[in-house]
Amino acid sequence: MASGGEAILFWCVAPLMVLAALGLLFARKAVHATLCIVFVMICLAVLYVAQEAPFLGIVQVVVYTGAVMMLFLFVIMLVGVDASDSLVETIKGQRFAGWLCGLGLGAILVGVITRVSFPEGVGLATANLETNPVGLARILFSDFVFDLEVVGILLITAALAALTLTHKARLTARVGQKEMADARVLGGKSLVPLPAPGVYAQRNAMDVPALDPHGQPIEASVSRVLRVRGQERGAPLEGELNLLTELKASSQTPTGPERAAPDVDPAAPAETEEEH
Amino acid sequence: MVDFSNDTFWTYLIKAVLIIVFLLTSVLLAIWFERKVVARMQVRPGPNVHGPFGLLQSLADAMKLLLKEDITVKAADKFVYLIAPMIAVFCSLLTFAVIPFGPQVRIPFTDFTTPAQLTDFPVAVLYILACASVGVYGIILGGWASGSTYPLLGAVRSTAQVISYELAMGLSLVSVFIVVGSMSTGAIVDGQTDYWLILPLFPAFLIYVISMVGETNRLPFDLPEAEGELVSGYMTEYSSMKFAWFFLAEYINMINVSAVATTLFLGGWRAPFPISAINDGMFNEGWWPVLWFLVKMWLFMFLFVWIRGTLLRLRYDQFMRFGWKVLIPFALGWIVCVSVIRGLREFHDVNLQTVGVVIFGVALVVIVVLRFLPEKPPPAPAELPGSGADGVFDPFAAGYPVPPMPGQKLPPSPRAERRARAAIGAGAPSPTAPSSTTGKDDDDE
Repeated sequence: MASGGEAILFWCVAPLMVLAALGLLFARKAVHATLCIVFVMICLAVLYVAQEAPFLGIVQVVVYTGAVMMLFLFVIMLVGVDASDSLVETIKGQRFAGWLCGLGLGAILVGVITRVSFPEGVGLATANLETNPVGLARILFSDFVFDLEVVGILLITAALAALTLTHKARLTARVGQKEMADARVLGGKSLVPLPAPGVYAQRNAMDVPALDPHGQPIEASVSRVLRVRGQERGAPLEGELNLLTELKASSQTPTGPERAAPDVDPAAPAETEEEH
Repeated sequence: MVDFSNDTFWTYLIKAVLIIVFLLTSVLLAIWFERKVVARMQVRPGPNVHGPFGLLQSLADAMKLLLKEDITVKAADKFVYLIAPMIAVFCSLLTFAVIPFGPQVRIPFTDFTTPAQLTDFPVAVLYILACASVGVYGIILGGWASGSTYPLLGAVRSTAQVISYELAMGLSLVSVFIVVGSMSTGAIVDGQTDYWLILPLFPAFLIYVISMVGETNRLPFDLPEAEGELVSGYMTEYSSMKFAWFFLAEYINMINVSAVATTLFLGGWRAPFPISAINDGMFNEGWWPVLWFLVKMWLFMFLFVWIRGTLLRLRYDQFMRFGWKVLIPFALGWIVCVSVIRGLREFHDVNLQTVGVVIFGVALVVIVVLRFLPEKPPPAPAELPGSGADGVFDPFAAGYPVPPMPGQKLPPSPRAERRARAAIGAGAPSPTAPSSTTGKDDDDE
């Protein structure tokens, strides 16, 4: 059996790993299941390092946790963020058969594992004599160099195949930023961003069009989605505005003329200046 | 390898606590440093109110972040939303475990000597890469758990960015492994006794510096939190302490990559050349090396700030193209060169000078050949917009104003001609013109 420290580490980490593995089975969301796998992988790496295989442990984290699971998470997040599994039985008796097979497998595993006895490990000291990575490199690049090359070729072939299968021949010239800008100008489209809705109008809201300098509503300032849905609110028209001023005037008759007076005042000196 | 035989459980614990204290205070200092240096570059004073030189400003900011209301958005996935910043900070704290601050040091007032390093093992540099790659989970989970669009986009960008730049970073480190023959940080610093690795491995150093900026999401590569596009990316929905943790992780990561660059390429704790020769390497022993290490590390921090103050943010597709089509192929080619040279020296007993002379000769031949190759003809001017049928530049080609491209010349403006004629015609009789101008006009006529 292992040394004291290693045993303590194992009994701390292993139950957590089992819990996380169960979490993988019972998690409702795919992202939670992925998190559980990541946790199991990192704990596994900790156990590898504890068993004098630091290279294997660290590479497990770099390659599987850092790259492979990250890509999984990437795809899950982008494709099925909120997708949950359907619980409808498509094949009759599938659930019953599943339980049966699972129980059978469990029985076999328990039967085998309880009878296993581990003899004392041999050769660890010689294998790790010149540090673990060097020992590993000596074996990989002498006895197993052919197998390593074959695996390398296999991986490169797979990568090339993925590239070839997803490659799309370009039929038309590439449309870059410059071409798009040119097309915009030639098509007579607006070169600047569209005006913001409502900001220059009487109200400040998404569904109210902005007003141009002549007081006319600018249709394009309201989001196309709102326009298509018919949720656009009309801009305050001239009649409405007049009504509004009339209402104001009638409610505050004495302040009306006083408020109008200062509007004239600044215009008067300007005119006199022009006469000079 | 470094000798840790004196260390006990208590020494490890004290070192670990010291490292955490060092990192947290360095972050406070780094925020102040960055704001102050960027301010100087933009000709303004920067923080200067609280404490001497404004040193307490970042402490005040930290307190503000701690005391603010902690908002958990309604659409958030509560558990993941909570652990994401924790993952980011936890992983960023791990790296410094294998960074050597110095050689064996004697604790003052005792006879106890211990390496100025928490631990070291044969795959220490890979361990650093592993910590970085797990740290990205903090960012991506934070972006996803916020349950909102901008954080998700920021998280996706960040993942793509870190994965692709980590490849280039790993490849640049491989050449260090090949030259030193070890992946332990202690052995790598030992391998730089004669010369620092930045000299023979300068291309690898360049790749590392570029990819370390990409890895830490800093300008010009801060696309995951691009303010103009994504509000602030994966951190948008975070506030108070959780936001502070992301902030802390980002700055600790900057310190981490600076320390790794120092250790791998700038000789770690070794004194720079003229100082290292004084009195039989007196400055390479005792507590001096900690000073050299910190100076080099802060030089890299300055580089980060300098880059931030100088460069603009890249567009996302340019950034990805640069990573995959420039950095990674270049790094692969460099590894092939390094392994060929290393293999020649290992198995064929060729000394370094011969290799150097051969490389120099090949480079010379290539340069000479390139010099005598015919130059590529410049692109035909007919393709440029605005060139009329007779080859004269038409400033209103296709009905809209176009600027002249290089090689094209703007024709003299008709308005300038009219103005000149008007000035001559109305020169003498103009009553408003100053007398000196009129006198000059009279002379001309």
